[in-house]
Amino acid sequence: MRLDCPICGNRDRREFYYQGDAVMLARPAVDAGAVAWDRYLHLRGNPAGQTRDLWQHEAGCGAWLVVTRDTVTHAVSAVELASDVKGAMA
Amino acid sequence: MRFSGLRVLREGLTGNKGWAPHWRDAEPKAEYDAIIIGGGGHGLSTAYYLAKEHGLTNIAVLEKGYLGGGNVGRNTTIVRANYFLQGNSEFYSHSLKLWEGLEEDLNYNVMHSQRGLINLFHSDGQRDAFARRGNAMINQGDDAVLLDREGVRKHLPYLDFDNVRFPVYGGLLHPRGGTARHDAVAWGYARGASDRGVDLIQQCEVTGIDIENGQVRGVQTTRGPIRAKKVGIVVAGRSGQVAAMAGMRLPIESHVLQAFVTEGLKPCIDHVVSFGMGHFYISQSDKGGLVFGGDLDFYASYASRGNLPMAEHVMEAGMTLMPMIGKAKVLRSWGGIMDMTPDGSPIIDKTDTKGLFIDCGWCYGGFKAVPGSGFSFAHLMATGNHHAPAAKYRLDRFRTGVGLMDEEGTGSQHNLH
Repeated sequence: MRLDCPICGNRDRREFYYQGDAVMLARPAVDAGAVAWDRYLHLRGNPAGQTRDLWQHEAGCGAWLVVTRDTVTHAVSAVELASDVKGAMA
Repeated sequence: MRFSGLRVLREGLTGNKGWAPHWRDAEPKAEYDAIIIGGGGHGLSTAYYLAKEHGLTNIAVLEKGYLGGGNVGRNTTIVRANYFLQGNSEFYSHSLKLWEGLEEDLNYNVMHSQRGLINLFHSDGQRDAFARRGNAMINQGDDAVLLDREGVRKHLPYLDFDNVRFPVYGGLLHPRGGTARHDAVAWGYARGASDRGVDLIQQCEVTGIDIENGQVRGVQTTRGPIRAKKVGIVVAGRSGQVAAMAGMRLPIESHVLQAFVTEGLKPCIDHVVSFGMGHFYISQSDKGGLVFGGDLDFYASYASRGNLPMAEHVMEAGMTLMPMIGKAKVLRSWGGIMDMTPDGSPIIDKTDTKGLFIDCGWCYGGFKAVPGSGFSFAHLMATGNHHAPAAKYRLDRFRTGVGLMDEEGTGSQHNLH
């Protein structure tokens, strides 16, 4: 598997650290309660198909990335900077 | 049909014409007392123990493919009870005891071989950790022997003891650990359940779960609707999709775990051996193939195949530990879909829907749990009460933070196990 880092270009999977579902971009408020925090930390849609997850280009530019890919075929359809995605969410 | 030495002899002399299919390929009925979704090892053992221990025989196992076609047919066949934390400790201890009586119980040769399992250590710190783990195992009533370097050499003379980076300091021997023939375990449970009246329905995919007023009423399938007041979900890597049919989101992410097998060799590895400084564990099958595996690829995947970096790591770790296997040719590699929980421990629990139960989150260790999981899940489904050895496998432990079982001590987070 290779990921196309928007800053560094196409790189080997080994340069990237996998964090998990991009649901983690939407951090609840500190006092949001156990249900909201459980949803953020633990509960996952876990789709067989299109998924969006967070990766960090650990051995490259260090940027956090939102990767859209297929969990059944491993095909990667988009790699975006997490800061751009968060900016668009705000 | 009972298997016996005499029967084998008689069939051998009469042209093997008397063997019958091991189980009935049943047609779905309109209604059952209970339905098990998933005809893998855990689902089949659940059905078997529901029938045997609780007298529930009007039940069905629904399997979308063929029986035993998932993780029970594609693992590295290791059976052990060397857990450390309360919750896991008593569960796997119970499961190993069931293994030890399984062949007589099922009248089926599952080739359970207690050849001994050795976890190697390569530093003083690791020795302390394994000594502590060994004491926990002994306190649980199981067996553990701390071997020094020379003790390991007697068992495993072929290791690279003086490896410059990772010299072997010793190992923790679990004499009752070993392997079993994975397919036979599924087949044995299927036969035992079928003989007791359980309907095993293959090529029957569940497409929906019917719920009315918070009570489960049955399931929709590709072979029509089936009613039942109790439904158990036992679908390993597919837990997320099936639970979603009941409106649930689970603390589970499905990952790929790879395994490898070489061409058949003469007997050379007599135990199950795990490396302490890289992800590599190995045993030799009765056909002679070296069966070995490593760690997850570490990204969510349903592909049933991994990527090269982990394959490379496993091969490197194997060559570091036992260079003698370097000339063996790898015949096949494959990947399984692991239902990973944040703390690396499983879930056997009720859900918020009455009559709907779930058994999942076996991570990369489900095979050895097949008897124990089925026994405890059957107990829960039949009586409504948690079975003591599995009482800590609660679904809500992630929300409350109470009773997390993080065996590796790395943190209760999705990408750490």
